[in-house]
Amino acid sequence: MWDVIVVGGGNAALCSALMAREAGASVLILEASPKEWRGGNSQHTRNLRCMHDGPQDVLVDSYPEEEYWQDLLKVTGGITNEKLARMVIRESSSCRDWMRKHGVRFQPPLSGTLHVARTNAFFMGGGKALINAYYHSAEKLGIDILYDSPVDDLEIKDGKFIAAKVGDKRYPGNACVLGCGGFESDREWLREAWGQNERGEWPADNFLIRGTRYNMGVVLKVMMRAGADTMGDPTQAHCVAIDARSPLYDGGICTRIDCVSLGIVVNREAKRFYDEGEDFWPKRYALWGRLVALQPGQIAYSIIDAKSVGRFMPPVFKGVQADTLPELAAKLELDVDTFMQTVNAFNASCRQGTFDHNIQDDCYTEGITPAKTHWARPIDTGPFFGYAVRPGVTFTYFGLATDEKASVFFDGKASPNMYAAGEINAGNVLGKGYTAGVGMSIGTAFGRIAGTQAAAAAKKIKEGAQHATA
Amino acid sequence: MQPLESLTREAQDLAGKTEHSISWHNKGISENEAEVARQMQICNACRYCEGFCAVFPAMARRLQFDSKADLNYLANLCHNCGACLHACQYAPPHEFMVNVPQAMAKVRMETYTDFAWPAPLGKLYKNNGLTVSLAAAFGLALFLVLTVLSTGKLLHEPLAGNFYAIFPHNTLVLMFGFTFGFAVLALGIGVKRFWSEITPGQATGEAIGEAAHNALKLKYLDGGHGDGCNDEDDRFTLRRRRYHHLTFYGFMLCFASTSVATLYHYAFGLQAPYAYTSLPVILGTVGGIGLLIGPAGLLWLNLNRSALHGDAAQKPMDIGFISLLFLTSLTGLALLIWRDTSAMALLLAIHLGIVMALFLTLPYGKFAHGVYRSAALLKWSIEKRMPNKLSLGSD
Repeated sequence: MWDVIVVGGGNAALCSALMAREAGASVLILEASPKEWRGGNSQHTRNLRCMHDGPQDVLVDSYPEEEYWQDLLKVTGGITNEKLARMVIRESSSCRDWMRKHGVRFQPPLSGTLHVARTNAFFMGGGKALINAYYHSAEKLGIDILYDSPVDDLEIKDGKFIAAKVGDKRYPGNACVLGCGGFESDREWLREAWGQNERGEWPADNFLIRGTRYNMGVVLKVMMRAGADTMGDPTQAHCVAIDARSPLYDGGICTRIDCVSLGIVVNREAKRFYDEGEDFWPKRYALWGRLVALQPGQIAYSIIDAKSVGRFMPPVFKGVQADTLPELAAKLELDVDTFMQTVNAFNASCRQGTFDHNIQDDCYTEGITPAKTHWARPIDTGPFFGYAVRPGVTFTYFGLATDEKASVFFDGKASPNMYAAGEINAGNVLGKGYTAGVGMSIGTAFGRIAGTQAAAAAKKIKEGAQHATA
Repeated sequence: MQPLESLTREAQDLAGKTEHSISWHNKGISENEAEVARQMQICNACRYCEGFCAVFPAMARRLQFDSKADLNYLANLCHNCGACLHACQYAPPHEFMVNVPQAMAKVRMETYTDFAWPAPLGKLYKNNGLTVSLAAAFGLALFLVLTVLSTGKLLHEPLAGNFYAIFPHNTLVLMFGFTFGFAVLALGIGVKRFWSEITPGQATGEAIGEAAHNALKLKYLDGGHGDGCNDEDDRFTLRRRRYHHLTFYGFMLCFASTSVATLYHYAFGLQAPYAYTSLPVILGTVGGIGLLIGPAGLLWLNLNRSALHGDAAQKPMDIGFISLLFLTSLTGLALLIWRDTSAMALLLAIHLGIVMALFLTLPYGKFAHGVYRSAALLKWSIEKRMPNKLSLGSD
């Protein structure tokens, strides 16, 4: 019997476990994966979006609450909860000393991340280093940790948590935190959520999963069956365009293709379909997964010329290279004539100003649809490069509805001892879209709150039980 | 000058005048180098480890990893601290199988071998455990035999610590001077060639100062955050850095002791044995203690290192070198303690035998890492001051 059972083993789960332990609770972590894959998607993260009113160690200038909120409002298109969002934002300004206490180290922004240098605090060594630090701290504090323990059932009575089950093993607790991620690794669920499109395709069949293979959404389904309140659209996710050659799972950061804003992107029919220069890439990258998902065959091709080489983060796989554009089209198995029409039309429409990748410059197109509103330069200097991209799902947004205490609800009524944190409730704040580092802000904020709440709930329940026996 | 030098070497090569060409210009990438190149391509697209050490910022100044010189430069910049391995989302069991410390270690071995002078002796790095054992056996046998030849037996009447009653001073100076001089020459030639291959650019005083600072402080064993490096698991500790400091500075103090003694001997006509309170003995004792604790600690850490770190095939080389350092100080301190007894000649022969083995294997063992790494650190300090041609992701 433990005071708090934490289901999951990533950032949110560990934050809640550490906070509950610090509040005096006995804690058990049930991590689905083996030790070497522990940490869920947190192992692929790299930073935390932090509100700050002035310079703070690795953070420069300021990033006030209001600006953070406006950024979030913009990327989500309003599908967010202001109360919860502002709570997350404020938490992000004060959690880093606690993180450091548990061994997390921060570093100045990585090279090639100019646009998040002000807003995001980078973890030294990335998310896996953060996860390692938290696990060490958890071990030191005497938290019990079980790997290879995918929870497949929960005992819940009248909205009250009784025990978690892994196969025929049963782990009873006075309170529970669900920090076990989204359902993106369950490709059947994704298929069902995305359904069949007007072309008769099942788009999700062509998705790649950028993150862990262990987020099967099993516990989320258990909770749905138990009648827990859910929120969000199951097709909404952190979904970016990644190299089509990426592994099915755990491709992580290095599979992204960062040259979209420098060139053009065409679909399987060799036609452009969206403004590649709409905004700075870090503000738009999370849009392109969904854009590609809507294209035939769920595939697209990012095309650049020699002028762009050395101007974007190097991709993990070498691009398809050709000395001429028709040769490139042939190598990419695109219709050469259509491709040439597309490129020629684009090139002819470029109104070249002064190219500057650091500002929204005055290089734009005129007279074509879709327009390219910035950084439009003719694609005319060989060698030419092409990268095939597919939608890469990082994590899904559909999950459990929670309040500011991270409480789980059943028919609008808060559970007395069940809490949720991390991807499983991120959709409360993030209904759609994404902005770098906000996933970790949400997970850290709700994880810490859930841990504190669970420890308090467990204490109350224990006291109640003692009172009853006395 | 460099192309001329390379051309000369290539010409010699073609003429069959040298067994082994150092010039890499026409050489293919080795399997181990190709593996580093493969991993760097992945790392360069990720860059999470940039804060740990100099390898990743140096990598980030490049887009391609097809130059042998670049790959060997990066490999020698790596201190095998392990931080990037434990932090790596692409480390085994991930199918990308990224293990930078291990890949780099394998290439470092090739650097040492490729640049060894004379070239055929580069083979001594392979099976280095055997090399060290043979050198130790040779050194010990040599001095034991010499002792018996000069005194008739191994034990003798106490000589009040007068070593030169056994071996005349000039004999020792000649033997060790020659061996040590050869070691300096061999490593010097090797690292000079390495240096010209990696085309470092012009060293400024500032760059030299920074490189010296990084080498002497073992900056890149601090993990970037000061918590240290990894040993048996993903926990950071300062143990390796501290034991290495004890070893290195202990060695330097012992070296200083010998230098001061030489000065006493030739400049001031002061003959050994020196009093316990004399400078050579104090330096040697303090250094000897450092050189006892340091290598013992390093050996313990080496034996308990995570199996994923470094190249397992090089363990005998590491352990051989550490053991010789440890035995050097152990036998030196034993000699100091019992120099007034009848076992002095025996202790002296053992000590000198070990020191001889250490000197003989200096250019063909683990000691080489310090020389090549210092060169790589200097190149990094020069390179980072040069304008970066890339403007990656400035958007």
